[in-house]
Amino acid sequence: MNTTDLDNLKATELRLGLPGTDEPEKPTSRPTSKRSLEEDRQAERKPSDGSQESTRVTKAQVVGWPPIRSHRRNSFQAMKTEAAEAAAGGGAGLFVKVSMDGAPYLRKIDLKVYKGYKELREGLEDMFKCFEGCKGSGSEYAITYEDKDGDLMLVGDVPWEMFTSSCKKLRIIKGSESIRGLGSGHQQKTCKFI
Amino acid sequence: MTYFPEEVVEHIFDFLGSHRDRNTVSTVCKAWYQVERLSRQNVFVGNCYAIRPERVMARFPRMKSLSVKGKPHFADFNLVPYDWGGYALPWIEAAARSCAGLEELRLKRMVVTDDGLELLARSFPNFKSLVLVSCDGFSTDGLAAIATYCRGLRELDLQENEVDDHGRQWLNCFPDSCTSLISLNFACLKGEVNTGSLERLVARSPNLRSLKLNRAISVESLNKILARAPHLVDLGTGSFTVDHRAEAYHRLMNSFPKCKSLRSLSGFWDASPRCLKALYPVCINLTVLNLSYAPAIPGDDLIKLICHCFKLQKLWVLDCIGDKGLAVVASTCKELQELRVFPSDIYGAGNTSVTEEGLVAVSSGCPKLNSVLYFCYQMTNSALIAVAKNCPHFIRFRLCILDPGKPDPLTNLPLDEGFGAIVRSCKNLRRLSLSGLLTDQVFLYIGMHAKCLEMLSIAFAGNSDKGMIYVLDGCKNLRKLEIRDCPFGDGALLKDVAKYETMRSLWMSSCEVTLGGCKALAAKMPRLNVEIINESDDFEESKENLVDVHKVEKIYVYRSVAGPRNDAPEFVWTL
Repeated sequence: MNTTDLDNLKATELRLGLPGTDEPEKPTSRPTSKRSLEEDRQAERKPSDGSQESTRVTKAQVVGWPPIRSHRRNSFQAMKTEAAEAAAGGGAGLFVKVSMDGAPYLRKIDLKVYKGYKELREGLEDMFKCFEGCKGSGSEYAITYEDKDGDLMLVGDVPWEMFTSSCKKLRIIKGSESIRGLGSGHQQKTCKFI
Repeated sequence: MTYFPEEVVEHIFDFLGSHRDRNTVSTVCKAWYQVERLSRQNVFVGNCYAIRPERVMARFPRMKSLSVKGKPHFADFNLVPYDWGGYALPWIEAAARSCAGLEELRLKRMVVTDDGLELLARSFPNFKSLVLVSCDGFSTDGLAAIATYCRGLRELDLQENEVDDHGRQWLNCFPDSCTSLISLNFACLKGEVNTGSLERLVARSPNLRSLKLNRAISVESLNKILARAPHLVDLGTGSFTVDHRAEAYHRLMNSFPKCKSLRSLSGFWDASPRCLKALYPVCINLTVLNLSYAPAIPGDDLIKLICHCFKLQKLWVLDCIGDKGLAVVASTCKELQELRVFPSDIYGAGNTSVTEEGLVAVSSGCPKLNSVLYFCYQMTNSALIAVAKNCPHFIRFRLCILDPGKPDPLTNLPLDEGFGAIVRSCKNLRRLSLSGLLTDQVFLYIGMHAKCLEMLSIAFAGNSDKGMIYVLDGCKNLRKLEIRDCPFGDGALLKDVAKYETMRSLWMSSCEVTLGGCKALAAKMPRLNVEIINESDDFEESKENLVDVHKVEKIYVYRSVAGPRNDAPEFVWTL
């Protein structure tokens, strides 16, 4: 079968596929299909021009090729995904819930978007200003968080990275008793790592 | 008629190492059959459906070690549907009933369940060794049963299995009285283990020589373990990465020099180049090195490590080693017997990969090289011819050119001549995997020259039935033939049907074989199981509609004295 015949055959062939696609799909379970392997081969043998990229992509979809054990293949997929996430600075983000005493609903923030405690405090103030009129000094609330062990901790004591890796959720506590109990060092403490 | 008393004959049989030799002597006469069967301790079953478990147990009542293989090889590459079969439970149950003296069980590509593992653990008081390779269907609960009930366990070796993680407690189940461990490999487990328990287990196992940790084990834990097990010969590290400013890093640097017996290293998940430096003190004694799970190590750092490995016999790496790295291997590792180069980037453009040059270099520099698995993006005939000339002692040659059907890039010709040179030169070749653009010609060469060939894997190759016929005609010792995406049809399948009874199995998928051809094969050869695997949803309906001329997607043909199996799922149709 010479090339012209093949071209003519291709032109009249009824196929399921987008117009303009050249590469026939490799079927995996169609016992009644009349697939021409010679056709597939011709397509694969095209010299490298732009089509090489697309043939590579199609080959990527061939089941069981390249012949690598599933266990190894899965390990690599896992490592690749993790590496990509790490490179993108953790594309998935680090979302934690934020509750505020008295607020009817909670919010969620991505800790990764903040560079430090100052931005975090500003972000939270912004987010919750609809619930109270207070901003800046004189406000009677403390930002606390629940850590990995489930303990309620005051935000600001530890380095920022350590905080983001151990913070499970944030809680803004209102009310004078809890704040006064912390003493005069309180305001300074919350601003320690700004 | 025996000329010697039975005890003498039995003693002579003791010297027969291989299963095949023992099988042969058992066919000489009834007396020898009896002596042989009552004295055989190691039983190997290459296909779990070739014979019923009960028959094996009845024939070999004094069996101490049993090896069974299940799914066809292409199951490794997801070509066999998940619940095709290969169940271990019938074997464990039969052994529990008839061979209570069982000490060792090795299973490959089988479905093992937690129930099976528990039955195993409780049924054999002298059980010493469990090796599972590429199995699935069980969880850490099954491992807990093994740990709990196998007193005197020496070996638990889990290689590349899919194990469900039901928690870290299983390791705690080794009782304090368990001090007999020689080999423990849980590298394939995804979940964490209790590191304290692990350290205590290691501390009370004075005979421990092989320990392979999983990725969840940190460098901190590794340091503690190495401190307790300086006599290790074979180590699989866990996640081999730690910040170089951390104390654990400095401890790591000092951990390895104490391990004077270390000969084999693997693991290295997430390994960083800095951490590899810890290995320099032990490099010169290494005989086995597996870095194939360390994609973050660039070629230059691999070279820095390998240039000290003078005694290396087996090397598994990723293609980031590059041709340059393989040249270093060639000039350094003069004892090298086995090389495996895996692709680090399966679908990419492959600019950090290896080419034919790397393979030629290693073949030229390593005179003892006899086993190769090589993934690359291109290969030339001239390179293969050079390799064939350099290495006439190949036993296994598996080449995978990642682009299916790719010709020699220099000449644009098929790789027939290259592979032809390989089979002509390597007279002891037992296993061959082909790739690249190949015509019927390569099969003519294989049939003519590959007289010792036992296993052949073919993909996207050949032009006509002639190709397959050349192979079936010429390869007298062929045991396993697996073919995918080749234009071989009924003509080839039916040319020599008796041949399949001399083989363990034949696999053909995405070829030109029709239902009519399969039916004809099944009709002519009652002692073959001809299985058709059809995964389309409407299989039941299409079963009626399937006409003989319709092509079948996957067939698996194997000899069997057990008849058609009774555990076949819906999508498997035994003719």
